[in-house]
Amino acid sequence: MAELIYDKDGRLLFTEEMKEEYTILAPNMLPIHMSFLIAIMRSQGFKGELLTSTNPEIVNQGLQSVHNDTCYPALLVIGQMMEALESGKYDLNKVALIITQTGGGCRASNYIHLLRRALKRRGLEQIPVISFNLQGMEKNPGFTFPPKVWLKLLATIAYGDLLMNLSNQCRPYEINAGETDRLTDYWHDELLKRGMPLHNLSSTLDEICASYTAIPRDTSLKAVKVGVVGEIYIKYAPLGNNNLEAFLAKEGCEAVVPGLLDFVIFMGDHHLVDTRRYHIKHRKALASLGVKGVFSWFQNKLRSAIAKTEFRVPADFATIKALAAPFVSDGNKMGEGWLLTGEMLELIHSGVTNIVCTQPFGCLPNHISGKGMIRAIRNAHPEANIVAIDYDPGATRANQENRLRLMLASARETLYRA
Amino acid sequence: MIRIGIDIGSTTVKVVALDEQGQLLYKDYQRHHSRSRETAAQMLTACADQIGEQPVLAAMSGSAALKVSEAAGLPFVQEVFATRRACDVLTPGVDVVIELGGEDAKILFLTGGLEERMNSSCAGGTGAFIDQMAALLNVSLQDLDALSLQHTQIYPIASRCGVFAKSDIQPLLNQGAAKADVAASIYQSIVSQTIAGLAQGRDIKGTVCFLGGPLTFLQGLRERFTETLELDRTHAVFPQDAAYFPAIGAALNAPADIVSTPAEICGKLLAAKKARDAGEILPPLFVSHAEYQAFAERHAKADVALADIAQYSGKAWLGIDAGSTTTKLALVGSDGELLYTYYAPNKGDPIAVCRAELLKIRAVCGERIRIRGAACTGYGEELLKAAFRADFGIVETTAHYTAAKRFLPNVDFIIDIGGQDMKCFKLKAGVVESILLNEACSSGCGSFIESFAAALGYSAAEFAKIGLFAESPVNLGSRCTVFMNSSVKQAQNNGASVGDISAGLSVSVVKNAVYKVIRANSAADLGQNIVVQGGTFLSDAVLRAFEREIGHDVVRPAIAGLMGAYGAALYAKEQQTESSTLLTAAELEAFTVHTKPAACGLCGNNCKLNITTFNDGSRHISGNRCSRPLGKKADALPDAYAYKQRCLTAMNSTVPIDPSGTIGIPLGLGAWELFPFWKALLEGMGFHVVHSGFSTRELYLEGQHTIPSDTVCYPAKLVHGHVLKLIRMGIKTIFFPCLPYNFDEHTGDNHYNCPVVAFYPELLAKNVPELERVNFLYPFLAPHAETKFPKLAADYFAKTLGVYKSVAKAAAQNAYAAYEAFRQEMFAFGERTLREAKEKGQRVVILAGRPYHTDPEVNHGMNQLLVSLGCAVLSEDCIPPLGYEKRTVLNQWTYHARLYNAARFVANHPEVEFVQLVSFGCGLDAITTDEVKDILERAGKVFTMIKIDEVNNLGAAKIRLRSLLEATGNARKEVLLHG
Repeated sequence: MAELIYDKDGRLLFTEEMKEEYTILAPNMLPIHMSFLIAIMRSQGFKGELLTSTNPEIVNQGLQSVHNDTCYPALLVIGQMMEALESGKYDLNKVALIITQTGGGCRASNYIHLLRRALKRRGLEQIPVISFNLQGMEKNPGFTFPPKVWLKLLATIAYGDLLMNLSNQCRPYEINAGETDRLTDYWHDELLKRGMPLHNLSSTLDEICASYTAIPRDTSLKAVKVGVVGEIYIKYAPLGNNNLEAFLAKEGCEAVVPGLLDFVIFMGDHHLVDTRRYHIKHRKALASLGVKGVFSWFQNKLRSAIAKTEFRVPADFATIKALAAPFVSDGNKMGEGWLLTGEMLELIHSGVTNIVCTQPFGCLPNHISGKGMIRAIRNAHPEANIVAIDYDPGATRANQENRLRLMLASARETLYRA
Repeated sequence: MIRIGIDIGSTTVKVVALDEQGQLLYKDYQRHHSRSRETAAQMLTACADQIGEQPVLAAMSGSAALKVSEAAGLPFVQEVFATRRACDVLTPGVDVVIELGGEDAKILFLTGGLEERMNSSCAGGTGAFIDQMAALLNVSLQDLDALSLQHTQIYPIASRCGVFAKSDIQPLLNQGAAKADVAASIYQSIVSQTIAGLAQGRDIKGTVCFLGGPLTFLQGLRERFTETLELDRTHAVFPQDAAYFPAIGAALNAPADIVSTPAEICGKLLAAKKARDAGEILPPLFVSHAEYQAFAERHAKADVALADIAQYSGKAWLGIDAGSTTTKLALVGSDGELLYTYYAPNKGDPIAVCRAELLKIRAVCGERIRIRGAACTGYGEELLKAAFRADFGIVETTAHYTAAKRFLPNVDFIIDIGGQDMKCFKLKAGVVESILLNEACSSGCGSFIESFAAALGYSAAEFAKIGLFAESPVNLGSRCTVFMNSSVKQAQNNGASVGDISAGLSVSVVKNAVYKVIRANSAADLGQNIVVQGGTFLSDAVLRAFEREIGHDVVRPAIAGLMGAYGAALYAKEQQTESSTLLTAAELEAFTVHTKPAACGLCGNNCKLNITTFNDGSRHISGNRCSRPLGKKADALPDAYAYKQRCLTAMNSTVPIDPSGTIGIPLGLGAWELFPFWKALLEGMGFHVVHSGFSTRELYLEGQHTIPSDTVCYPAKLVHGHVLKLIRMGIKTIFFPCLPYNFDEHTGDNHYNCPVVAFYPELLAKNVPELERVNFLYPFLAPHAETKFPKLAADYFAKTLGVYKSVAKAAAQNAYAAYEAFRQEMFAFGERTLREAKEKGQRVVILAGRPYHTDPEVNHGMNQLLVSLGCAVLSEDCIPPLGYEKRTVLNQWTYHARLYNAARFVANHPEVEFVQLVSFGCGLDAITTDEVKDILERAGKVFTMIKIDEVNNLGAAKIRLRSLLEATGNARKEVLLHG
């Protein structure tokens, strides 16, 4: 059994020795992206496993493990991990947990600490928790990647975004049921096989775009387009939003879900904003500049590939930021900050006026940049049809779906009138 | 072709038939008692009898119709959408539609940008809520309505959520407020909720149409709406068929290509499959009668000795437990044997109930049994003690512990689930070590099961019994009652039996207790010797669910519902008094009582008092925080909250305002901390600076309609009123900066503000239209960067206010000194208080919160309450930073770091206690409370938390604080004070 080694602050480290024998459990947020991440971890010799369970025990475990007023994503992610640990499937002396860490003034920066506390309360302190982040927080000797692999990891975000984007734009219109998903599955495996190509990124992106274009689609079909924005976990994770995308698909809608690239560029943009606004120099400013640069480069590639097709091209980061500026300042940076407002506006500007703004019940930053801006957005764009939906352990699906249906009823009326 | 609309709501079914021109041919309205399909089918058959069996176009609508329509394959029209369609046809020219249904509330803005909204997930003030409140007042809906029209005053009742409102109303009733006033206040709270929760920042103006059952039938509710919205006769529309709008809309919207007949639709409705998800089914409570038998026998052992009151003679002691919904009495003899007990709902009038019982007791006792002492406990303790001249008033924890010891001498954990509240005490060596009480928003307690039982037509006992052997109990989760209502309805529609629901509710009450209130991980967390009590545990279903959830056997006394009264009686006995002052039979006969509401007016809190006058001329005043309205001098103990309030008042200019040269700062959120800083900065640039003063309820209401998110904390909601007040004062420039960072006090990992404090000004700018008329300055600033800030501030003020940069820069530098002076003043106050307290042996409590908790409207006078209980009060910012220490959690917010800092201080000072104030909706306190608790408990200190919101449930807070003081050694003194 691997020796337990701690850093100077008493944090249990994930060591090289552990790499050999430990299974690393990861929560699922974005199914395609996370699956890429796990596959790359495996290719590097880690025993990664994605937690995809959805049973009600997760919420129960979450309620037992974290304070009930903590945000719902923390409750779910930690609950899902605890459920896995209790399931008996894993050797509790040979398992580690991985969780993303964003940093910043939102309480989400505390998830990893809440997870450790939950482990401690259960007497599972021997389980190391790995922070997965781009800012270089909490390093672990056994959890490192060579620079080349890091680049692949970064590329997964671009590829994941593209697959999510194109499949959303194809699926509702496909003539042969299931074709879009089969193509997405194909690309998922194929991209891994090709090792997340970077040297011929543009041509690979083009190739992907072309293959989706080739899917026979019923272009006469009038599907309601529904934008999905919100707190990052609830927005993406099916477990968090009661499988919102499936609901929208069943209702015959096209879900328009902004990609992860904007969020990672937004993360890089933070420190730069601080420097510009307050002349505060962050240690990580240079790294942030790098992060922002790399992901902006990916975003440009992705956009120019889609631009060659008839599919809707997502706006770039700078455009979204400019759209948000009259509403919220770019100094509003906690949680999803101004990006949330910006995404709603970007959707409206590109004709997607029906929007679901998702958030955990009582989400602090969304009081301001989500719910707090809907009034102003509607004043500027009366055609905007926005519904804010709260998610938490007690909210019933029927209640949420009824509100979604209200939004859809108006949306359909507008669509058919046009 | 004839069009048919079927609207299945949470409690009723409406069926309409329209002719080709859209004229109403048929309408019917019936309660469905959770048999929605059958009811709808019957009504449809009746409809067909009248209009004749023929081809029709039909659609369904309503919150409970969705599943049915899916299962039956019938077209569905979302009900708000349907309502709008009906309005277009039936009430053209209307600007706003407000519809209250059984469980949903809806608002539609039809002109000036179509907008449709339903109540968010946390909002209960609807028909079901009114039903509940009527039951609480023990009147019919008609009576409630008639009462409300006779009101003379309106009490503030929380408007966000039905559960909250309930916990506001209960104390009012217990304090003897007039039912007419309470009835009108209930209606008013629904109006406030509609304005705040539904309209979310949009003005309700123009012609307003009111729909839905409650607004059709309740005159008083209509009156409250029209009065509050200032609508005259022509602008308030109450259509004749208001209850049928969604059904009519559904009929109008029925797809033209799906032709059916009423008989066919009936067939589909009745044939629709009822299916339940496996995920929502729990294992049965008992699988066999043998298992239940063993369980029942084990619990039968926890019994108490009884004696026949008709035979007994000698000394006796009386205990009265005036709970929130029930009144309990116990009379014990010299060996603690029970002579007489009483347990019944107080029907909103505990004095009358208690008087009747006392008369009976006095009659039976006669000369044979002499009552030597009487003690009161519970919510209504003070009132009943005064009314009947009981000898002692004791805090509930004492009463319950005294009783529990009789059953399990080494008891180390007591959990009491009563009608309205849940209390848990951890005991160590006979001393209460920690006290856990349910918060306002988790009241899955006894009254909750009872109201469900009543709604389904059962008594609580019958209802519990049905659940024992239910095969597949419903998994209802553990959250709010409002959600529970819809979950239950959903389960019923899916075919769950009453037994399944009963068992499911029992499990959910237990889960609520274990996970929300106790927050336990395992049985070991609770203790080894557990006594469960309170009326709710009389249900075997709840008891079983509890034992199963914690995996541990517990003791349930046979008199589980009477433990408070029994404990009080035992307590009275322990006092060994010779005679009791309790009213005699003759005095009870002559006893009358008159209750009058009044506003105190002696300070800014303006407590709503209830003055109860008894026939002997003596008075009892309740609702007060301090002792001033009782005619005593203000308590003179040091109070940092009062001190800080005085400082901030003194800082505010009293010079008449010259609007052009004055800058106003709303005194909310971060301004409570940084006002001295901004004042110095702006004054240094030659401006006259004022703040908006302390908050009041009226101030809140003034800004309420501009609040976009109804789940944000109360301190944030208040700021809306503050900016409006400044504008009303004629001020033309308002300054309220956005501050992602606060000052670094070097005790934590970072020094952020929380997202709400940091960015709320941006929300104000976009949601308070009046701000467009003034110069609203809300720059992003970072004053903690002391070397950079003056220049950046100078640039900003040069640009926006035309100040010379050199002047602005100098002013910015001076601001630091002013802020530092203010901080030092608070430290000095703390130091002085602690020193003097030590000399005098004075009790000190750190009432820890945030700077904005200094606002009397936010803290609801908790500081005064503590002072009246004999404590000096400090705030968290009276404790100088103790330097960096690593925390389990990320310690990255300045204000929260102060909580940890103060907790560390208390951990090292045995003479100081810690009470944390938590605003409802504060997401960060979900993190801080656990960490603070850890810090304190590691040092063997008691952690006490008081959750506050717009509600001011002083009763619950008082119990908690008294319990804390008692637990930590002030017990005797405190009891004597009240006894």
